[in-house]
Amino acid sequence: MDTTAFVALLSSVLFTIGVLGVLLRRSALLIFMSVELMLNAANLAFVSFAHRWNQLDGQVIVFFVMAVAAAEVAVGLALIVTIFRTKRSTNVDELSALRG
Amino acid sequence: MADLIVLVLLGAVSVASALGLLLSRNAIYAALFLVLNFGVGAVIYLLLNAPFLAVVQVSVYAGAIMVLFLFVIMLLGAERLSPAEDPPGASFQRPLAIGLGAALLGLAAYVLFIRQPAAIAPATPIDSSPTAVGLALFGDYLFPFEVISVLLLVAMIGAVILTRDR
Repeated sequence: MDTTAFVALLSSVLFTIGVLGVLLRRSALLIFMSVELMLNAANLAFVSFAHRWNQLDGQVIVFFVMAVAAAEVAVGLALIVTIFRTKRSTNVDELSALRG
Repeated sequence: MADLIVLVLLGAVSVASALGLLLSRNAIYAALFLVLNFGVGAVIYLLLNAPFLAVVQVSVYAGAIMVLFLFVIMLLGAERLSPAEDPPGASFQRPLAIGLGAALLGLAAYVLFIRQPAAIAPATPIDSSPTAVGLALFGDYLFPFEVISVLLLVAMIGAVILTRDR
């Protein structure tokens, strides 16, 4: 097994753990962290294939993914803080109403 | 070969910290496991000839994003997760999720390993120094770069407006 195959396998395992985190955890914060784990797994695959094919484009895409993840975290955490103010909870099972 | 041994050790730490995130009962511990995972990811980037991304990973992901996470967890006092984690009537969800996760992993492994690559890569390693990445960012990728800056501005304004006291 060469380096690229191993990192690709590691990336798919990390992505699966992230998906399981989204499916199994109830806290919105933990679900959010699992999404970050999935983004990181995808980044790992990008860098690994950029290394394999001797291209710089994969690394540039990872840079953009990181910037989008930063924007997403800022807005998502603001939403969680706002929801916590009215619901007193970050449990997604209790968030069943559309109105605040 | 030495690279592969180091990668296997790093991969073990990475998977262990991801499982720690998945199974942790305390949100602070989960966030710290994720910081460890991002740190290991930065070392893997270094091994894969991406020094710029390794530094950005540490400063943006493990630094800024996770500090924001820890800040919000402590601000809300939401670190204890145990009481509301297992609601009644959701017992079918766990085996279903694990089965779906196994199917996803199998599918990813099939796509990555059963199908062989079509051609062999050129053997000459490229220059992946921060200078080269910067030239690519401000050359071919100038327009996405500018769009990203607008996106960050919009996200910042959105976060401020969402959390403003009315």
